[in-house]
Amino acid sequence: MSLWGWILLACAVSVATKFAGFLVPAKLLDNPRMLRVAGSLTIGLLAALTAVNTFATGQVLVVDARVVALAAAAVALWLRAPFLVVVAVGALAAGVARLLGAA
Amino acid sequence: MRIALSVAIATGLYGLSFGALSVTAGLDLLQTMALSLLLFSGGSQFAFIGVIAGGGSGISAMSAAALLGIRNGVYGMQINVLLRPSGWRKLPAAHLTIDESVATATGQTDPDEQRRGFWAAGLGVFVLWNLFTLVGALAGNAMGDPARWGLDGAAVAAFLGLLWPRIRAKEPAAIAVVCAVVTLVAVPLVPPGVPILIAAVVAATLGLAGLGPATEGLEPDVDPYPSGVPGPVRGDA
Repeated sequence: MSLWGWILLACAVSVATKFAGFLVPAKLLDNPRMLRVAGSLTIGLLAALTAVNTFATGQVLVVDARVVALAAAAVALWLRAPFLVVVAVGALAAGVARLLGAA
Repeated sequence: MRIALSVAIATGLYGLSFGALSVTAGLDLLQTMALSLLLFSGGSQFAFIGVIAGGGSGISAMSAAALLGIRNGVYGMQINVLLRPSGWRKLPAAHLTIDESVATATGQTDPDEQRRGFWAAGLGVFVLWNLFTLVGALAGNAMGDPARWGLDGAAVAAFLGLLWPRIRAKEPAAIAVVCAVVTLVAVPLVPPGVPILIAAVVAATLGLAGLGPATEGLEPDVDPYPSGVPGPVRGDA
C-alpha cells in the first residue's frame, strides 16, 4: 500500500477510535485496568518516539547534535517554556551544535 | 471562553512545527494537510511522521499513530458522560475530542461552561491547527535540508514536549525509561518503526501489571488552568 493509503487508514482509525468512545457504555470508565493500559501506552509510545528521534539513524544508534537538542529541550521544559518555544530551542540547539562541529 | 481561545491559539501555533516537520519527513503538502484535517490529533500526527522520518514503513507509522490515539477513545467516553451530545452531534464532537478540548471541558464544573469550553476549544484548535499546519508545511518546503536548520532537533524537542507533562510521578517515569531503553535495544535488531511498536507492547504490559495509578498518562498534554485557577483535578472525570 502507498503512503497515501496508510495516511488515510491512520485517519480512519483515529476517527473510529474517538467515535467508539462515544458509543461504549460509561461503565467502562470504572475499569481502572483499561485506563491504566491506555495511559501507559501513551507514555511508552512518546518515550519510544523521543528515543528513536534522538539516537536512531535508520538501524544504527548514533550520538550527534540531536542529543544536544534533547538536553536543551529538557531544560526549556523544566523552566516551563511553552511547547513552541521548546521546539524552537531544540532546533536552535541542534543547529548551533552542528555549527560548532557536532555531527 | 477566554480560556478556550488562549488554548486554541497556543495549540494552533504549534501546528507550525508539525507542518514543517511533516514535509521534511517526506510527506507532501496534501498528505500533511490530510493528517491535520482528518486525523486531527497532534500526538498521533507527530508519531506518524516521526516513524516515517526515521525510515519506518507506512504500516508502522499507522500503527504508532493508532496506538497513541487510544487515549482519545478514553477522552471520548469522558466527554460523552459529561456533555451527553445527542444524535448527529456525536460525530463532530468525536472529531473534536482531543487533549485540548477535553482539558478545557473537564476543567469546568458548570455543565453549560463545560459544553461551551469543549466546542470553543475544539473548533478553535481545529481551525488554527490546520491553518498553521499549512503555513508550517509551506515554510518547511522552502527550507530544504532539515539537518542544516536543526529541524531534526525540533522533532526531538517536540516528542519530549509531548511526553513531559505526563510524567508527574515515579511510575510514569519508570514506564518512560523502560520503554526508551527497550526501543534503543531494538533499533539495530528490527526494521525502523518496529522498535516503537515493541515499546508499545511493553508499555501495555506494564499497564496491565498495574504499575502506577489508574489515570497516569491520561492527563491531556495542556493545562488550560494553571495553578491558582480553581477547577477540579484533571484526569479523574
